[in-house]
Amino acid sequence: MIIGRNAILTITTLAVLGSAALAGGHLSGDQEKAMKVRNGHMQLYSFNLGILGAMAQDKAPYDAAAAATAAANLAAVASISQDGYWVEGTDTSVEGSRAKPEIWTDFAGFEQDNADLGTATVALAAVAGDGLDALKGAFGPVGKACGACHEDYRAPRE
Amino acid sequence: MDRSARLVAHVTKIIAPHANDFVKALRWIILAMIAGLGVGWFITRPVPLPAASIDGLAGDPVNGETIFAAAGCGSCHSAPKRDPLILAGGRTFPSDFGTFVAPNISPDPDHGIGNWTDLQLASAIVKGVSSEGAHYYPAFPYSAYNKAEMQDVVDLIAYLRTLPPSTQPSQPHDLGFPFNIRTTLGGWKLLFLSDDWALSDTTTPEISRGRYLVEALGHCTECHTERNALGGLKRNRWLAGAPNPSGEGRIPNITPAGLDWSEGEIAEYLKSGFTPDFDTAGGEMAAVIRNTSQLTDADRAAIAAYLKAIPGIGE
Repeated sequence: MIIGRNAILTITTLAVLGSAALAGGHLSGDQEKAMKVRNGHMQLYSFNLGILGAMAQDKAPYDAAAAATAAANLAAVASISQDGYWVEGTDTSVEGSRAKPEIWTDFAGFEQDNADLGTATVALAAVAGDGLDALKGAFGPVGKACGACHEDYRAPRE
Repeated sequence: MDRSARLVAHVTKIIAPHANDFVKALRWIILAMIAGLGVGWFITRPVPLPAASIDGLAGDPVNGETIFAAAGCGSCHSAPKRDPLILAGGRTFPSDFGTFVAPNISPDPDHGIGNWTDLQLASAIVKGVSSEGAHYYPAFPYSAYNKAEMQDVVDLIAYLRTLPPSTQPSQPHDLGFPFNIRTTLGGWKLLFLSDDWALSDTTTPEISRGRYLVEALGHCTECHTERNALGGLKRNRWLAGAPNPSGEGRIPNITPAGLDWSEGEIAEYLKSGFTPDFDTAGGEMAAVIRNTSQLTDADRAAIAAYLKAIPGIGE
């Protein structure tokens, strides 16, 4: 009888722990990796945009070599394949994800926005070293491309 | 006899000698109730602008284009993913009361506002009253536009008439009972409509201009301020953030307690959409940036100055 009761207790405990893990939305390894690499990808944009933006917003002196390098980096990051990034089950229903379900329901539109960013960053990389006015002119469209995708496919912070 | 039967018998005994008076009193009470309903109907009826409100004002479509951007008309009335200057309507706005659908306000005579007079349009914008004399739902932010200068309203109307027409029919809202009864909106207006500024004192002309852009035209508070159960703004939580009506995330607190960006950084954000750490605006705010990017640097600086002048409100 005593053993029986312990067995029941153990099963109950395991069941409770198991359902708690499910309720917490436990992610698979692929899902966790996908969310991490997406954040890292965005931080690479943010880092290089910061160098260019400081010049475009007249907060830092224009430096042709640094501008050209940062712009080339942006174009390179934008060209990285995102295969494996947008794993099912990693939308806003998951803690820490701001990726709207629309990414999956309208993947063609999402890819188009990403392609537009590619075009804008290549255009920026072509002129970023040619002077501050050229940088300013090509920097705006990059910001618009970022915003266009965030408008439709990124949810606000919790 | 149980207790309640005894009570009825007792009361009947007291009333019986005064039965006539009682019936008379009841008659007066019913009359008073009918009169009350009449008064209620009267004070909550849709009241358009007085006929002379726009007399002598000529619309300037050039300034109207700026007002159009500052008031964000295209963000709601253009069709999703279509030309932002074709105001065909059709965008949906989920809320606790049901889903609102933006109507066609293009100059098409049959499906838009082409046949409306300037006075009818001005009444719609600042009074929330339709050309047929019905209340509009406050999803249309006349609760902000009621503080707009009449010259700006007339200029805006002149600009609206220059835009391309669309033959897309307007769709009805999808609202639950009792919110689907428009006459109840008179009560809403009575309770929550105010033409007082939230920031009552401004110390510089720049802050006054910012207040006009934020509180009257930009209607920032429609998203950035919490609402009560009836959808009225909690004015003591002015711009302190609110749940997102679509259910995802939170609209941020933009009072000095919630936003520590400098005035220059706020102005830059309103121009390019870039935050100080080079993230960008997303969601509905991306559409707002498309509008504020069309304003002058001075106007964006005025908005920033206003946001620094309002009281900081914590979470």
